[in-house]
Amino acid sequence: MKKVKVLMLRAPGTNRDIDTRIAFEQCGAEADSALVNELLRQEKRLMDYQILVIPGGFTYGDDISAGKIMANEIRPKLKEDILKFVADGRLVLGICNGFQVLVKTGILPGIKGKSAQPVTLTNNDSGKFECRWVYLKVNEKSPCIFTKGMRGMYVPIAHGEGKLVAEPGIAEKLNIVVQYVDEKFKTQAGYPYNPNGSINDIAGICDASGRIFGLMPHAEDFIRWTQHPRWTRETPREDLYGLQIFQNAVAWAKGI
Amino acid sequence: MYRIEVSVKEGFADPRSEGLQKDILDLGIKTVERVKVSNIYLLEGNLNEKELQAICRELLTDPIVEEYFSPEQPAPVGAHLIEVAYNPGVMDPVEDSVKRGIRDLGINTVNAVRTAKKYLLWGKLSESTLQSISEKLLVNSIVQHVVAKKEAVTLPSASYKFQLAHFDLAAMDDAALVELSKGRFWLNLEEMKIIQAYFRRVGRKPTDVEVETVAQTWSEHCCHKTFKSKITLGKKTIDNLMKSTVMKATRELNKPWCLSVFKDNAGVIDFDGRHAVCFKVETHNHPSAVEPYGGAATGIGGVIRDPLGTGLGAFPILNTDVFCFGPPDLPHANLPKGVLHPRRIFKGVRAGVADYGNRMGIPTSNGAVLFDERYVGNPLVYCGTVGIMPATMTQKGLQKPGDLVLLVGGKTGRDGIHGVTFASGELDKESETLSSSSVQIGNAIVEKKALDAIIQARDLGLYSRITDVGGGGLSSAVGEMGEETGVRVDLEKVPLKYAGLSYTEIWISESQERMILAVPPDKIEQALAIFRNEDAEATVIGEFTDTKRLQLYYNKTLVCDLDMAFLHGGLPQLQREAVWQPPAHPEPEFKQPADLTGDLKKILGSWNVCSKEWVIRQYDHEVQGTSVLKPLVGVANDGPGDAAIIKPLADSAKGIIISNGINPKYGDIDTYWMAASAIDEALRQVIAVGGNLEEVALLDNFCWGNPEKPDRLGTLVRAAQACYDMAVVYGAPFVSGKDSLYNEYETGKESICIPPTLLISAMAVMDDVNKAVSMDCKKAGNLIYLIGNTYKELGGSHYYAVHGSIGSSVPKVNPQKGKQLMNALSKATKEGIVKACHDLSEGGIGVAAAEMAFAGSLGMTLNLKNVPLGEPIDRDDFVLFSESNTRFLSEVAPQDKAAFEKIMSGTDFAEIGKVTASKKLIVNGLKGKSMLEADIAELKEAWQKPLRW
Repeated sequence: MKKVKVLMLRAPGTNRDIDTRIAFEQCGAEADSALVNELLRQEKRLMDYQILVIPGGFTYGDDISAGKIMANEIRPKLKEDILKFVADGRLVLGICNGFQVLVKTGILPGIKGKSAQPVTLTNNDSGKFECRWVYLKVNEKSPCIFTKGMRGMYVPIAHGEGKLVAEPGIAEKLNIVVQYVDEKFKTQAGYPYNPNGSINDIAGICDASGRIFGLMPHAEDFIRWTQHPRWTRETPREDLYGLQIFQNAVAWAKGI
Repeated sequence: MYRIEVSVKEGFADPRSEGLQKDILDLGIKTVERVKVSNIYLLEGNLNEKELQAICRELLTDPIVEEYFSPEQPAPVGAHLIEVAYNPGVMDPVEDSVKRGIRDLGINTVNAVRTAKKYLLWGKLSESTLQSISEKLLVNSIVQHVVAKKEAVTLPSASYKFQLAHFDLAAMDDAALVELSKGRFWLNLEEMKIIQAYFRRVGRKPTDVEVETVAQTWSEHCCHKTFKSKITLGKKTIDNLMKSTVMKATRELNKPWCLSVFKDNAGVIDFDGRHAVCFKVETHNHPSAVEPYGGAATGIGGVIRDPLGTGLGAFPILNTDVFCFGPPDLPHANLPKGVLHPRRIFKGVRAGVADYGNRMGIPTSNGAVLFDERYVGNPLVYCGTVGIMPATMTQKGLQKPGDLVLLVGGKTGRDGIHGVTFASGELDKESETLSSSSVQIGNAIVEKKALDAIIQARDLGLYSRITDVGGGGLSSAVGEMGEETGVRVDLEKVPLKYAGLSYTEIWISESQERMILAVPPDKIEQALAIFRNEDAEATVIGEFTDTKRLQLYYNKTLVCDLDMAFLHGGLPQLQREAVWQPPAHPEPEFKQPADLTGDLKKILGSWNVCSKEWVIRQYDHEVQGTSVLKPLVGVANDGPGDAAIIKPLADSAKGIIISNGINPKYGDIDTYWMAASAIDEALRQVIAVGGNLEEVALLDNFCWGNPEKPDRLGTLVRAAQACYDMAVVYGAPFVSGKDSLYNEYETGKESICIPPTLLISAMAVMDDVNKAVSMDCKKAGNLIYLIGNTYKELGGSHYYAVHGSIGSSVPKVNPQKGKQLMNALSKATKEGIVKACHDLSEGGIGVAAAEMAFAGSLGMTLNLKNVPLGEPIDRDDFVLFSESNTRFLSEVAPQDKAAFEKIMSGTDFAEIGKVTASKKLIVNGLKGKSMLEADIAELKEAWQKPLRW
């Protein structure tokens, strides 16, 4: 059977393409990468892939605000192609900086608001970049393809601008996929469980089709037990792996 | 010109403004009621109203949480306004991004962008208070200024008119030579005379760039002449300190897994036969003293280029950083003139290292932060990077005549001019002003683009050799690379950040993010295409020749023509005097306190021992997905791990352990034992996490005072001697190192010399990361063993420090015994019967036990009467807080007792206590009486409180 093909879309400063590639390869997919320019010059074609990922990193150094310059680059030149890609049944995933890009292009949440970008990801309430592990509760009612059958995750975050804020009236309409919770999977646990002050503890959202998914936490960084911060003292919990997201995506893409 | 102001809308959180308000409060200024920070963008070009609005709305402002004003908004009534901009010539990376963003909007009529920050402060504030806030928090005059009038967007247009300059060396007498060298070349009279003699021989006046090139090549920073000098210490003569100590150990050990040592930008060892790993640690002290953020950022940026420039290029997989600062609570009144406050240096350095490392996508997994008043004028910033490369690419390449000199990465500006010679002299209160051009501003994304392109070019075999452009700029990088063949460079081809640089400035600039590749002509097109695709600069600036000469041209005029043999071989060996006298610090006399809880808390809360979580969390230690043992471990992910472990390959269980040893307090008594202790500590941490001594490579980083002063040199010699003595017995060779000397600060009245500081970094290969052990207690009922003898060694200890003394009984190391003990413990961890293990360092048994207990959220009861002693000790406090080396606390399950004791037999060890469910640390004294009883929560709080910023 032909391997599922994943395209990792890069810009200067993308860096979690390494981790993302390993996660997809562990799920049997083939991961390729391209700079935005390579797609614009048609050296690589989006439609040759089933999954598009915008990995984490610091594209253009987070200048102005995280993901802004890359979003500004994609919006006029590539956004339509990406929407067509999804309309064709394919999948789009944005992790951390990739989520910021999807939100700042307006591709997520895909809801019409007052402005072209009704949701934003902005400075953490702590005012700091933070790297810490967080518990995530999966909204089992969400249409999200990536989280089918999942209940939760325990994965690291590593960001300075992950606080989700929405235009008035938009928050209620969001397709929430994952929320920050405490170790008992309760929401409204406060800092540091919710590491950035995101409204409604939102860690990730999807569009109405469930095929575009963006999240701040690095699901790609919990794909083996020895990555867990307490693996030397606890019994393995594969049900909390971030890897499931990639498995779900690859399984879906096989059906395309 | 268009001025746009962007700020957070009312009603939304504004952490940046709140953070500043807190920092102002920390200064002791309590009258600031509110703070608001805004970003200012100044654009020059032609824009219609629609375009301007599009730029504001779509690019510069977040539509949800921010608002913009253009033109500017007048300062509200009652608010004080301070606006801060970068100085001309300082490149703000944001400007490039904004320009790109504007182009992506389809607007091509903006030709210049500048940024600034606007601060509004409300509250009762006098002019002098405002100025104090401005100086202490908002402005660093090295790179910024307070905007007084309308700020120009474009730089004052500079042009450069070529004029070849010469020095009439032949006509100079000794005084004139000394005068010429002073503050510019930092060469001594003898060295200046050798240059003079060379040009007499050649029969012409040298050009300025020729003398500059020789001075850089011969600088302390580039050629480590102190370590290579002939030193007399008492009756002993040491011919080349480096070769007769550190390098001698490596040579004698002759380990087959040492693949490239002391000859490249980093030391290379075998990893798994298919891959090799390399490691380098650098310092960036002087620049960080004057501009902490930029200095530290470029420190990490610089050391990342070392592995990248090793062999045919290694990919960076881990960063480490170790900082030494003045105490954060130092009263402002005690600050020497011209020095930034330690707290500001600390915050700036941390931010600089984190921003650069995080942006590069390299996990920062290990480090340390130490404090001492003597670092106040000379903070130390050690940055290290580990890289991985295919086994076939470990050796330095060699170019052929005809290969092209390809300069890649950043453009060249005036940054860092004379940085190398600056690092070879002492700082004083004038340094801030004199050295402004020595400060470099980093741009991590420029380096990331170059890295991504270089690795692709490497894998396609497109270049024959690579090196980094670091201290000394092109002069040092190209000069060294061309040594074997000869090289010709056309300086006008070097891409510049701005016009106006002279040929000499181009040649010696230390602008960041640059690398040099030697590319065969038939591969140049393919190489250039890769860099173009990654949006990275790459320019052919010359060609390697077969002349064995360094020839520089500027627009076809020969401006430098030096014989490589003179440049690299002409420096005579220095002669230096050293003296050493053991300092007299008497052992203190005080009574043992009846209860030791208070002392333990004081030690846990001391600056050196306390939790560094505030720093660690702001580094990304997860990126690349390789982490196995993180810097923070335990039930709440906040206990102090001993060493970091990463698993660099997805398809192999092999790991790399990285640790560090450093303790300048012991150096106040004897630098020999300080160095021995640092090596022992670095090795202990490797063993504690489950490693072994089979393949451990060491790095040395000496930061010392002025070596021209015999007493400073004496302590340096002793430390180097210990490096040899320990390394040969432990079987751990040094593979690379670096020194930073002249760390003294001249206040006018006195010279504040840093304590001699040796950082030992260790890199070990681990067969199976699944055998890793963390330091947190695992289970109530498990046994606690103390491995290694305790001696009455409290000289330089934290216990003596909290009692106001240094003492003389410095901890010593017995490496023969230490090796035997470590080998036995490694065997036990390999068997999987050590549940937790923590090495004993600052604060001895007391601190290690407390940390293990609170990291595991469990209690512990210890009986001091069972502690194995190396000599009679009759005081509980001395047993509990002795800092004797080569000791560990290990947790073992009761059912593994016999197996553990069998493996450890023949070493000094004893069962000294138990893990309990009580959540209390209880210590019973030598006579069985309880000496300490404390809730672990209370101990943890004492440990976490100081740096909870």
